[in-house]
Amino acid sequence: MSAPEHTPVPAAGIAQGRAASVNAPDERSRLTRLGRYLVQPALLLLACLALFLWLNSLELDSIEKRRINVDFISTAMWQQIKLVAVSTVMVITIAVTLGILVTRPGARSLSPVVLAVANIGQAVPSIGLLVILALVWDIGFTPAVVALVAYSVVPVLRNTMVGLQQVDPSLLEAGRGMGMTKTAVLLRIELPLAVPVILAGVRTALIINVGTATLATFTGAGGLGDLINNGLRLGRQPVIITGGALTAILALTIDWLAGIAEDVLRPKGL
Amino acid sequence: MPDQLPPSPLDGNKVMISLQHLTKVFPGQREPAVNDLSMDIPEGEIVILVGPSGCGKSTTLRLINRLIEPTDGKIVLEGEDVTRVNSDELRRRMGYVIQQIGLFPHMTIEQNIATVPRMLGWDRKRVASRVGELLETVGMDPEQYRRRYPKELSGGQSQRVGVARAMAADPPILLMDEPFGAIDPITRDRLQNEFLRLQSDIKKTIVFVTHDIDEAVKMGDRIAVLREGSVIAQYDTPERILTNPADAYVETFIGSGASLKGLTLAYVRDIELADWPIAQKGTGRQAMREALLGSDRTAILTLDEQRRPVRWYTARDLDRSESLDEVGLPATALVESNATLHDALDQMLTSYTGSVIVVDRDGSYRGTVELDAIKHRVDEIRAAARERARQMSVPDHEPMTQAPSR
Repeated sequence: MSAPEHTPVPAAGIAQGRAASVNAPDERSRLTRLGRYLVQPALLLLACLALFLWLNSLELDSIEKRRINVDFISTAMWQQIKLVAVSTVMVITIAVTLGILVTRPGARSLSPVVLAVANIGQAVPSIGLLVILALVWDIGFTPAVVALVAYSVVPVLRNTMVGLQQVDPSLLEAGRGMGMTKTAVLLRIELPLAVPVILAGVRTALIINVGTATLATFTGAGGLGDLINNGLRLGRQPVIITGGALTAILALTIDWLAGIAEDVLRPKGL
Repeated sequence: MPDQLPPSPLDGNKVMISLQHLTKVFPGQREPAVNDLSMDIPEGEIVILVGPSGCGKSTTLRLINRLIEPTDGKIVLEGEDVTRVNSDELRRRMGYVIQQIGLFPHMTIEQNIATVPRMLGWDRKRVASRVGELLETVGMDPEQYRRRYPKELSGGQSQRVGVARAMAADPPILLMDEPFGAIDPITRDRLQNEFLRLQSDIKKTIVFVTHDIDEAVKMGDRIAVLREGSVIAQYDTPERILTNPADAYVETFIGSGASLKGLTLAYVRDIELADWPIAQKGTGRQAMREALLGSDRTAILTLDEQRRPVRWYTARDLDRSESLDEVGLPATALVESNATLHDALDQMLTSYTGSVIVVDRDGSYRGTVELDAIKHRVDEIRAAARERARQMSVPDHEPMTQAPSR
């Protein structure tokens, strides 16, 4: 029992064995991850190339030429990216802050109320929200961003709440018991451990925003929706396909970037 | 109750923590979880709070570091009233170990241990050397474990790191809430022994919560048996609680094995060791045979250069023609001199010769314990129990609040 049991040696041996066996699948998952990092952009580049070659093979009329050119497309693409980027940054700011607030002890009773309000934003059809805001407020970039934010705040908010709630309470007890302040526990334990779940929500919000931002064309905010909308109204299939394909490619590219971000930002050791 | 039953004499030890009329009523509850608790915790001792679940012992522990704010009463630390000071800073002066250990999974072992030192603003170099020192103290190789993550550790290793983390900034006080509760029995026993050995060096003031009376008896310098509302039923040394329970509640809580538990209070170092013939490893057969014949024993024990026991040989073993490394039996059933008689009895069951070899901390031979010595001790315990029973049966001898339930 309390006999000569200078255990660290065998114990260490066991741990080493464990670590080794843990490492092997790690190695494999790193390879598959590397594959995923490279394969997806390669496919997306191929899709771009195919689109370009196909458009080149067509005899474009003057109406089509006015839309399918570097200037028009890059402007639309840039507007689209700006809509998505600005709305997502705002969503993260608002939803993560709200998520933190409603998970603090004392404010927990607020969380159903906040979720209900946020759900209303998502329940209203996105095109409806855009149009309503355009009617009662203004057209252009800012109202479109507001509509996008209202529409995509829920996944980030909900994931922030879930991510913070699933942190093992004994970790908070250990942290507080060692004399960490509430803020320190939030910043150094709760948020880092909630990051994977929050990021999954952000990824969803990003994809929602890329898709929904194509509707912003109807309220004069531009974007790739311009291509699709113009193509539809003028009955020009190449324009519609260009707009649709570019939107899909953008969405998949953003999803790919978000996937990398998730892997990079996930805390080690989990 | 606490007022009628004054805390046991603290043997002149300085009071480290003094709880004065501490009360906690949780909102929405009528009965206080902790009801007017007063006790003094002496410096450098392990004080155990033991009681059935729900008796308020964990709440009491959390009142001490003010994870729970007391409704009433005072906490005095080394003469300083800390009931109103900044509780975050107060907690940095006390280590805290919980059953779930609560290692931060996204931080390395080093970062985990460095939590408090970093909050206290230690520089990088000092933190790194302290982490190395602590890992060695708890028996883990710093270079191997520093950069590991908690998920790579076994339960016992996590617990060691948890203790190291609690001691990081060398706080004078450790609060431990069932620290060995979630660990398998064999590892638990080893960790308890390691911790006791550690404590004999570091001499912290430790408040230790458990529901396990055996653990309390083994670990405690002093035990407070608590009843509902964290009311002290008895606060005394383990010996006195086992041999002289204050009332029927304490007696019931100790349970029937009190005499056997007494063996965990007697140490191998306190009894007279028996001798067997010994020989330096490498001694010739003839010399060993003579040494064996010159004694009244049936076997001779060989020791290596560091006087560590190697093998047992009987006269027949010495007559055999094979190499001496192949005949005889390996020297097993070893205990250290700070082991309890309970441990020794346990080892005896695995022994070839019926005696247990006692060694120093560095493994060198001291002597052996025989069954007779343990039996003698059991007889003493039984005699004490008989004496106690006789006293209790005298009606006006002891002012009992409750009738003894026997």
